[in-house]
Amino acid sequence: MIMDDISFLQHYWWFLVSLLGALLVFLMFVQGGQSLIWTLGKTEEQRRMLLLATGRKWELTFTTLVTFGGAFFASFPLFYSTSFGGAYWVWVLILLCFVLQAVSYEFQLKRSNLLGTNTYRVFLLLNGILGPLLIGTAVGTFFSGAEFVVNKAAVASPGMPVISSWVNPLHGLEAALVPQNLLLGISVLLLTRVLACLYFAENIADAPLKEMCRKRLVMESGFFLLFFLTWLVYLLFSVGFAVGADGSVYLEPYKYLHNLQAMPGVTVMLLMGVLMVLGGMLKGILGWKYAFWLAGPGTVLVVLALLLCAGWNHTAYYPSVADLQSSLTIENSSSSLFTLKTMTYVSFIIPFVIAYIAWAWRALDCEPITVVETEEH
Amino acid sequence: MEAIDASLVDWSRAQFALTAMYHWLFVPLTLGLGVVMAIMETLYVRTGREFWKQTAKFWMKLFGINFAMGVATGIILEFEFGTNWSNYSWFVGDIFGAPLAIEGILAFFMESTFIAVMYFGWNKVSKRAHLASTWLTIIGATISAWWILVANAWMQHPVGMEFNPDTVRNEMVDFVAVAFNGGAVVKFCHTVVSSWVLGCVFVVGVSCWYLLRGRHKEFAHASIRVAAWFGLVASLLTAYTGHHSGRIIAEQQPMKLAAAEGLYEGGTQQGLVMAGVLRPGVDWAAPTEEDKMLLNIEMPYALSVLATHKVDGYVPGIRNILEGGYPLPDGSVALSAEEKMLRGRKAIEALGEYRDAEDAEDKAAALKALRENFAYFGYGYLKSPADLVPPVPLTFYSFRIMVILGGYFIVLFAGLLVLRQHVERWRLVQWGVVLTIPLAWLASQAGWVVAEVGRQPWAIQGLLPNVAAISRLETGAVQTTFFIFLFLFTLLLVAELGIMGKAIATGPETDKPAA
Repeated sequence: MIMDDISFLQHYWWFLVSLLGALLVFLMFVQGGQSLIWTLGKTEEQRRMLLLATGRKWELTFTTLVTFGGAFFASFPLFYSTSFGGAYWVWVLILLCFVLQAVSYEFQLKRSNLLGTNTYRVFLLLNGILGPLLIGTAVGTFFSGAEFVVNKAAVASPGMPVISSWVNPLHGLEAALVPQNLLLGISVLLLTRVLACLYFAENIADAPLKEMCRKRLVMESGFFLLFFLTWLVYLLFSVGFAVGADGSVYLEPYKYLHNLQAMPGVTVMLLMGVLMVLGGMLKGILGWKYAFWLAGPGTVLVVLALLLCAGWNHTAYYPSVADLQSSLTIENSSSSLFTLKTMTYVSFIIPFVIAYIAWAWRALDCEPITVVETEEH
Repeated sequence: MEAIDASLVDWSRAQFALTAMYHWLFVPLTLGLGVVMAIMETLYVRTGREFWKQTAKFWMKLFGINFAMGVATGIILEFEFGTNWSNYSWFVGDIFGAPLAIEGILAFFMESTFIAVMYFGWNKVSKRAHLASTWLTIIGATISAWWILVANAWMQHPVGMEFNPDTVRNEMVDFVAVAFNGGAVVKFCHTVVSSWVLGCVFVVGVSCWYLLRGRHKEFAHASIRVAAWFGLVASLLTAYTGHHSGRIIAEQQPMKLAAAEGLYEGGTQQGLVMAGVLRPGVDWAAPTEEDKMLLNIEMPYALSVLATHKVDGYVPGIRNILEGGYPLPDGSVALSAEEKMLRGRKAIEALGEYRDAEDAEDKAAALKALRENFAYFGYGYLKSPADLVPPVPLTFYSFRIMVILGGYFIVLFAGLLVLRQHVERWRLVQWGVVLTIPLAWLASQAGWVVAEVGRQPWAIQGLLPNVAAISRLETGAVQTTFFIFLFLFTLLLVAELGIMGKAIATGPETDKPAA
């Protein structure tokens, strides 16, 4: 029975975690919007409209991040243990900038808020830039590797029972020194700004602001394509981390290109996603409707395809460059069959969750935001 | 041989405690105030009175300010299991991760989706759809609490799992046992209803402040009426579930009960300490010539009855638990701490032998030894029996604070209901109620101190002590993040209090004519 096949469930949960990651990148248009507060918002009214537009959605992005973490923990606990406990500073920085976001929307316009409106907006700007940049850089290590060692036998050493240790004293910050990680981080940041421009243009009833979004879109799209395509080409021609039949990990040239050849469905998904993102950008620049709803799902497809490439087809999704055999694969880092099966039954509720999110989204975005509406909040 | 730096464990514990305590400043108000405002919006939809809409909107404004801080501290807490307790995350992640993931999928999305409709949807969805969104927000928050408390209850009493020596971790074998065991149900009920109490204390406190100022009187009386009824029911339920919680602790965590009662020498016909003072500086892990308590006013037999439902039931004290030899409810005899540690070390050694064994016979022998001693696995990491004794004074006094304040809240709500016609004239009572607001937080924090400090040194009761659950980091890194979090949370708390204070000073818009 398929539900008793652990390999199927490991692949299924890698798909779900990847899907959550892809949705997170899409929903980080909120962060992209925050990073553009002063770039697009030339007047206080415009800034309020921009923040009201993303302010209705930030919790969804936040929740997706939390659920992404929870789902990773439940399905691949060794990743949670190794990466979070090792790449300490990167994750702490990511968390800190999300803490700042969580309070800033609520506090920024309130009276007696201690720090003043502009401070909270700077917090939002920081979250808008650092959030996507750091998450993109951290995800870059899924392809470039990280410096850790895992030794499960350590549990039997009462003096030092910790199974994973980070070899680099920078505890994750070293990821930012790897050019391809930075390229991905910058690409994610630029993509979130592209999506934000598209979202604002469709959801704010302010002609000068719409025009500004369209102009901004040209530049953001150009830079995004430059950075992202450079990273993608580098990835496809770089050495990847393959998993042998015995579970051992070895280096394989063109591994991710091979993965696309071996998984035509994923290749089609990637190409479709890229075309949709390009189509969305073009529609947005031309001022056509529904550009956001073309580029957004396109983003989900692209990110999903890339993350599937990182974990499926006998690939180590979290390679260790300090000890190749410590690399994490969906086989050696997953939860047990029982847990994966139980969680799979729970996952069947996801379509229902998506349905009510869609209802709420539609209900709140049925009319574009106006200056009058900002005064009510 | 390498060893874990004890200060790393202490700082990691301090950071987790700091985050948890800050988080718990905001969550109970979310849970309690959420229900109160949902009741008020229900009254608006049923009666059509604009007054109730403005009343609900006022409490919603305060709810939103508080909610943001709960979310901000909550995300840190979830990820700290990975950042600071990475060994824990592997050793029990197969079981512990599931409730966190289910919380996200089932509850957190519900909460975050409908809260947006609740705040931004007044003119965008129908009255009934808005009311449903308000209720779904608070239901989402409560379901979220359920899964988090399931996870916490599992740490207090691990069930539904088996150790797998090949993967070197515990694996879930019974989801129902994990999610719906008695401890989890009681913990959820006790925690949620006590949060309702806190929410109601906040509402009656703020309302009495308006009476003191002579403003928004109709609003204040209406809020007191709703919150006092709801608070009385909730505080009685808190006492009821608290009693059950005590019984479960007696069964599953006798050391915690002994610490909460300051009980060094146990026995039959034990009394419950009604009021007590511990002798300062006493070593609770060793016998002393002097009595360990300076003052002890007991209710005779009550502890035996609470713990065993029998007047002459046996309740072990700290010394008995360390020395063993007393009869257990299943008829066996309790092992001493030394014996448990010895068997724990045997289990750990057997695990090493199992992993090193090359032939099947050696593997089977090691596995047999591991299974025979696994119940004491966590004890093998401890250095001394004294490690098993939690900080007694903190647990003892926190328990008293929680119980005394819990009793006071029952009297408060009952009094407000009986005397509500006179409250407007009695300024002293109004001041008393206003000053009760921080006491609700004190009781709530004290409850968690008993629950968490009282179970030290365990990350997972009997299975994994803190020292073996840690991440391998430099102590300096954790010290740095501790102070960053302390500074940031405190700064944001001060900001929140300022915003709350201003919003309360401005007051509701119930006095304005309907648009």
